[in-house]
Amino acid sequence: MSAAHDDHHHGPAKGISRWLFTTNHKDIGSLYLWFSFAMFLLGGTFAMVIRAELFQPGLQLVDPNFFNQMTTMHGLIMVFGAVMPAFVGLANWMIPMMIGAPDMALPRMNNWSFWILPFAFAMLSSTLLMESGAPNFGWTFYAPLSTTYAPSSVTFFIFAVHIMGASSIMGAINIIATVLNMRAPGMTLMKMPLFVWTWLITAYLLIAVMPVLAGVVTMMLFDIHFGTSFFNAAGGGDPVLFQHVFWFFGHPEVYIMILPAFGVVSAIIPTFARKRLFGYDSMVYATASIAFLSFIVWAHHMFTVGMPIAGELFFMYATMLIAVPTGVKVFNWVATMFRGSMTFETPMLFAIAFVVLFTMGGFTGLMLAITPADFQYHDTYFVVAHFHYVLVPGAVFSIMAAAYYWLPKWTGYMYDERLGKLHFWLSFIGVNVLFFPQHFLGLAGMPRRIPDYALQFADFNWISSIGGFLFGASQLILLFVVIKCIKGGKKATDQVWEGAQGLEWTVASPAPYHTFATPPDPKLIHDQ
Amino acid sequence: MLPKAKLWLALTIAALTSMLSTSLQAAWDLNMPQGVTQISRETYDLHMQILWWCVAIGVVVFGVMLWSIINHRKSKGAVPATFHESTKVEIVWTVIPFIILILMAIPATRVLTEAYDASESELDIQITGYQWRWEYRYLRDDMNEEEVSFFSNMSTSREEINNQLPKQETYLLDVDNPLVIPINKKVRFLLTSNDVIHAWWVPDFAVKKDAIPGFINEMWTIVEEPGVYRGQCAELCGIDHGFMPIVVHALPQDEYDAWYAGQQEQAAAARAAANNTITMDDALAQGEEIYNRTCVACHQAGGTGLAPAFPALAGSSVVTGDLTDNIDLILNGVPGTAMAAYNRMLSPVELASIVTYIRNSFGNSTGDLVQPADVNALLQEAQ
Amino acid sequence: MKQAKQNNTKRLVTRLLFTVVGMFGFGFAMVPLYDVICDITGLNGKTGDQVVSVQPKENAQQSDRQITVQFLAQNAAGMDWEFSANDAQVKVQPGEVKVVSYHAANPNSYAMVGQAIPSVAPNEAAQYLKKLECFCFQEQPLEAGETVDMGIRFFIDESIPEHITKLTLSYSLFDITKSSSSATAVTQR
Repeated sequence: MSAAHDDHHHGPAKGISRWLFTTNHKDIGSLYLWFSFAMFLLGGTFAMVIRAELFQPGLQLVDPNFFNQMTTMHGLIMVFGAVMPAFVGLANWMIPMMIGAPDMALPRMNNWSFWILPFAFAMLSSTLLMESGAPNFGWTFYAPLSTTYAPSSVTFFIFAVHIMGASSIMGAINIIATVLNMRAPGMTLMKMPLFVWTWLITAYLLIAVMPVLAGVVTMMLFDIHFGTSFFNAAGGGDPVLFQHVFWFFGHPEVYIMILPAFGVVSAIIPTFARKRLFGYDSMVYATASIAFLSFIVWAHHMFTVGMPIAGELFFMYATMLIAVPTGVKVFNWVATMFRGSMTFETPMLFAIAFVVLFTMGGFTGLMLAITPADFQYHDTYFVVAHFHYVLVPGAVFSIMAAAYYWLPKWTGYMYDERLGKLHFWLSFIGVNVLFFPQHFLGLAGMPRRIPDYALQFADFNWISSIGGFLFGASQLILLFVVIKCIKGGKKATDQVWEGAQGLEWTVASPAPYHTFATPPDPKLIHDQ
Repeated sequence: MLPKAKLWLALTIAALTSMLSTSLQAAWDLNMPQGVTQISRETYDLHMQILWWCVAIGVVVFGVMLWSIINHRKSKGAVPATFHESTKVEIVWTVIPFIILILMAIPATRVLTEAYDASESELDIQITGYQWRWEYRYLRDDMNEEEVSFFSNMSTSREEINNQLPKQETYLLDVDNPLVIPINKKVRFLLTSNDVIHAWWVPDFAVKKDAIPGFINEMWTIVEEPGVYRGQCAELCGIDHGFMPIVVHALPQDEYDAWYAGQQEQAAAARAAANNTITMDDALAQGEEIYNRTCVACHQAGGTGLAPAFPALAGSSVVTGDLTDNIDLILNGVPGTAMAAYNRMLSPVELASIVTYIRNSFGNSTGDLVQPADVNALLQEAQ
Repeated sequence: MKQAKQNNTKRLVTRLLFTVVGMFGFGFAMVPLYDVICDITGLNGKTGDQVVSVQPKENAQQSDRQITVQFLAQNAAGMDWEFSANDAQVKVQPGEVKVVSYHAANPNSYAMVGQAIPSVAPNEAAQYLKKLECFCFQEQPLEAGETVDMGIRFFIDESIPEHITKLTLSYSLFDITKSSSSATAVTQR
């Protein structure tokens, strides 16, 4: 208690205990961001193994069982270790500064919600060294492959998921409490930056679905160890039930990974177009409707399980509806750029690439929603291309855009613009060479999650692999740019970007350890 | 030129030529196949229709964006406008996409309804997914008819997969026993699984459905063109998920009838052969073939196994131990492991051969020659 | 002011925690909920595990409608009993009561317990297949070498839609020796 109290009067503690015991939202934000970057590299390494094995037909590097472990661990680590913690990190750093709050509402819980994460991922990664091997049933872990037929390491996987879930739930509660209770006077809900709005809605999604994920892995645990039959047909259970419960979590989960990205892009585009965001209100409503729709579309992941036609039609129509609010968002971003006065620094480049490439992922999403066509696309590389387009040049690009955008505020120095642009162009080219050919592979009939493929898929696979290596290698530039920027460089001004608006740009660069200990002047709070 | 540089040059050229030659072999397939059924063509049309809608929307939206990026840049002296909302515009771009969606949903609903109508089928076939093979069972009207049922295993050799032999054109897409169906007949498939979830998919028919243990799913097709159609398992089902292809031969009715009658004769003959005796050489030759087709994925070439899940056969206490126990294990499998029960997957002759083979290979030398009758005795012991 | 804020936060966090617990419960509630929905809609072709007590109407109109009912049998992994339907298919009129049977034999030298799980295709037909007597979901112990014939008495509800002319009843037989209650009896003997 006294330590926390002291924090209010002094700067950060020295040494490792600063990071272990910190309750400061900026420190915790940095911890989250570094952790997620480490996981991004780890998950990326697994992806490199996958792409290397798929470079040519035949088995060259790994056996099929290890290949399945790689696809599983790549998915789990990227979703739960890289993308989600990165957004939580951004939320920790930026939300208090954006709403004029001194810190998060529950700082000690904040510390805890971060520090259980490394344990969860250490536990998950340790399964790779176990005799039974790591989980090899895909990140969607369909029963009974993940129950009756699972390697014994599945129990560690289940506990790791429980811990990740607890971390996300605590993080989400913290964000909701902060946004609803800690706003500076004058910061009404409809004056909040869109990043705060999208995170508020995301946090509600997390609270609604992470417990369902915890529930589904708990049922697995019972099936495996206590002889229940939730998903075991032998005892009257139903493997398809697993998919219903999983995707009831899983579909909102994919929006959890993209809504904060919408918020980031909605902050960056107006800054570099030097023009207010077009249609702020409709952006808020669109985000809310996407969140609502995410709860009633889950079975579009399961069009081939043999649902009655009424079910197929319902989920097809509901899924198609998502295109409307998503379209509104894209149109609003384009309208914001229209007749602006644009410059193209690295954050803006990433944001524009986000709009284009995420929209392409949206288009393929619409195609996948069409049930009869989905019978052909389902579980092929077309799906792999689709969700990587929305997650890599979607979610991941937005995180990189955010990092470049706020890095000067975090470190007090400008990053190296030339290296930033180099990183962007290599990533942009790499990601398209990597994922665009996968559309063709899927349409031509290549199933996903196979370690080896027929000869007609050879060409697009080696092209895709080369794109993958290029994309993977370019991420080291980001690491270099960030370290260089922390060490020094051109001094950043308080506003950093000419067109930047919002409370975070009114504090000094680098942002002092404690900001808004007294609420900001209400005159600084503008309409969005 | 330095020797090292020469080596690199040679390697680069070799790599490039090998890439080029694969490019020449392979078709640069870019799009979904139109297929050979009415549903597959309608699905293709639907796919193209949605694709063109998306392209059109993309051209408009990205066109405006690109135009703004080129013209409304600060370096060109653009001054930002101050507008930031317009209810009219917002309504327009909410309503127009909605209308487009309805236009997409109408044909999609029609095709889906057609694809779901499996009634009035003329031939019913039960398909069962196993780790990692398919079983096809032709439904009979009467239990007294000879039943046609068989397993379909990938026939691509492990040497090809492990790059020890050149890969054939149908690499990974060939099976020992293809499914055979007549053309222009409504064939209904009843799909289930023995173990985990699999998915049966032939792109040319636009038919894909999950095979779920304990449950039965139905789907159907009417193939219009005779030919050989290939597909693969589409749901992750374990280690050899990538190695359980589907091959369908669609034959004109008379050829199909002849094939079916032949299969019935073969089934009757196989039962009769269960009483024949086989020689050591025949048993070893056939046993090796079965081993490479059925066992090698887990127990590996040379019977080395793959620790920890798949035990080695070389020097194994079971394989060199009591003969009856060894046969019994292969007939009935080991519950709770990947070792399946082969009593129905292989005929008595094949079972006798495989047991003989493993007991006299990989350095095992029991000298046992198992006869089909021995297997049969064990099979029928209890009945 | 500060105190009020803290109280607000406390209330909010409590409410959110209740939501978390509630959603965890909801995950589990999806299990019975799903069963109810399956029963109503025939989702997945799951037929009820209970036999019905309703009888077909006595004065059922004799129609010309004939519905083909096919019978399938298959073994799940690890189950090596002989298991087959005694009839390939029967033709029934809606409302007509039929009796068919399945055959099972345990070829092993030890006792085992099996359980057969039924499923119907097309799945919308499941709700019209009314079983008066059935071995579905019942534990079936068989001694070493024992054989059994298991009967099903059923009728097709007259309200079955016109377009269904053929339906398939499939049984998957699972080995539940380890988990069943009768198994303990078997091993104790």
